[in-house]
Amino acid sequence: MSEKTILLDHGSGGLASQRLISELFLKHLDSPILRGLEDSAILENRQGRLAFTTDSYVVDPIFFPGGDIGKLAVHGTINDLAMRGATPYCLSLGLILEEGLRFDELERVIISISEACKKAGVPVVTGDTKVVPKGKGDKIFINTSGIGFVDESIDISSKNAKVGDAVILSGTMGDHGITIMTRRAGISVQGDLHSDTMPLHTLVAALLRELPGAVHALRDPTRGGVASTLNEIAENSGLGIELCDEDLPVRPEVRAACELLGLEPLYLANEGKCLAIVSGDKAEQALAVMRATPEGREAAIIGRLVAEKAGRVIINTPVGGARVVTPLHGVPLPRIC
Amino acid sequence: MKHLDEYRAADLTKPLVEELKNAVSKPLRVMEVCGSHTMAIFRNGLRSVLPDGMELVSGPGCPVCVTSASHMDAFIAMADRPGVRVTIFGDLFRVPGTSASLAQASSRGAKIDIVYSPMDALDLAMRYPGELVVFLGVGFETTTPGIAATILAAYNRAIKNFVVFSTQKTMPAPMEALLSDPNLQIDGLLCPGHVSSIIGAGAWSPMAAKYHLACVVAGFETADLLKSLILLARQIGQNDIKVENAYPRAVSWEGNLRARKMVEEIFEPADMDWRGLGRIPASGLKIRPKYATFDAEVRLDITLPQAEEPKGCMCGYILKGMNNPRECPLFDTRCTPANPVGPCMVSSEGTCAAYHKYGRDI
Repeated sequence: MSEKTILLDHGSGGLASQRLISELFLKHLDSPILRGLEDSAILENRQGRLAFTTDSYVVDPIFFPGGDIGKLAVHGTINDLAMRGATPYCLSLGLILEEGLRFDELERVIISISEACKKAGVPVVTGDTKVVPKGKGDKIFINTSGIGFVDESIDISSKNAKVGDAVILSGTMGDHGITIMTRRAGISVQGDLHSDTMPLHTLVAALLRELPGAVHALRDPTRGGVASTLNEIAENSGLGIELCDEDLPVRPEVRAACELLGLEPLYLANEGKCLAIVSGDKAEQALAVMRATPEGREAAIIGRLVAEKAGRVIINTPVGGARVVTPLHGVPLPRIC
Repeated sequence: MKHLDEYRAADLTKPLVEELKNAVSKPLRVMEVCGSHTMAIFRNGLRSVLPDGMELVSGPGCPVCVTSASHMDAFIAMADRPGVRVTIFGDLFRVPGTSASLAQASSRGAKIDIVYSPMDALDLAMRYPGELVVFLGVGFETTTPGIAATILAAYNRAIKNFVVFSTQKTMPAPMEALLSDPNLQIDGLLCPGHVSSIIGAGAWSPMAAKYHLACVVAGFETADLLKSLILLARQIGQNDIKVENAYPRAVSWEGNLRARKMVEEIFEPADMDWRGLGRIPASGLKIRPKYATFDAEVRLDITLPQAEEPKGCMCGYILKGMNNPRECPLFDTRCTPANPVGPCMVSSEGTCAAYHKYGRDI
């Protein structure tokens, strides 16, 4: 048995580390700045405001339908930049590997990162790798930080939401969260469940270009789902949010799996969706712009900002009733019966 | 899911709301027995459209909520034993015992796995032959057949390191205990759809007769619930008390005889401790002596510890329908889903969790 695995040596900083960098990381992630292998990346001085963000990824399983931990790490950080209206410029990549991780699995992740970076046009310019003893980690943890540029004319923040604004969701809810949960549980559900992981910076760029000034806030509803993110917007803006149950886009197979596990799509993580808070009079135009992009084909207006019910999210149900949507508490756990 | 949307659509459900208003001719209190009903009623916004005079109270049909404090302590003590791997349904993870929860036991190194079916627990037993894998049986008739099938599979495959700690409970025994309390004024029961698919709609007949209680077996979609409430209101209004089955697409009068036969092969009726209700004769299921090798209480020689309910926690009263969560001094102050004191705040089916999540004034 000569299956290649990651050894503690690969994190030693010695020869094994060097080989890992040159034979794996540079092979797939090559960029002029990274190639220098210096202690830090020097970026050209650019006028204007910078956006800077960081995020860590610890997903289990590391490969899942629709993506893997590598794609997630690239898309997640790009999206965090995009949600402030920034044009993503470059990423850092920090890896914490568990001793014993199969080399081919690591290579698959690195190739996936490389593909995601190329497709998004955002390079990795600096990186770091550490190896922890077996049992002290879980295969691979990734941290990505990102830098982006924000045009002077752009001011996007939850605080800017106004009464009468529309809430637009760029696509269906819960695809990523339910895919991970059913994979972890080994449950097979009819239909094609897959993560929605994708970068949203081109969708955001189209919105900002086509409708300058109309987009007041942008958020990506990752952990905690649409429910928790909207609660944050309501709280930050001091306004209420009213949703319409029937307008919430959910894939039928996602809804079926949620029924089975006693979960609500509103609380499940998304990795390729954004919530746009847009001027009420521009809502239809914004919807059209989003739907014209591949990322936003299934975008829908799901609600609006209201002066009443400050700081809370309300959902109107088909039966003519209404209820409060609270943020998520703790990890969503499947129920007994 | 088109099938479900059909039962939720406005053009079907809105007229039913009107029909319900017309059906309620005098004040009535209805208990929804099942935790899934409590949740569905809140989620669909039904509470906000109920006609005046109709009051819904939540009953004891949340399996996690009715698990006694001493059982929780026994579960946690067992998880701390070396060589034991405990497998549970997710709801149970955060339920506090007297001094800790399974989640806290897990954080200090106890081996606890959340599974989605007892068969997953059997798979774990085969994967870890050096450990004793315990499945915590917490649930009603809906989960018992699956557990019975798993024990049979373990028996047939001669798997020695798999056991079940059964606190399985049965309906409608606790309802009898509940209804004999003169303080509880209930006119009708919204009977649990899933449980009734096993025990049969007919199982509610003695309740209807003995306590003069309108009984309607209900499904879980908006239209199911509204139709069932209409039937209950009419029965009570016309004093025509009986059992009606408003969920015939899943429930028959006799129930699932095959599932019950398998359960009877493995389990026998036993007295069971219920949170808030105490020990109720023949309200639970124990593993028969023939299958004692799969009985955790036998294999691990467990005696139930004495345990007090948490001070100030009103779960016991809430799951009997005597109080609503807002009347509990701990509700939303010391007791929240993030930091639960009582089980009704933990389970996704729990009444307090439902009130916390959905029950705020709009």
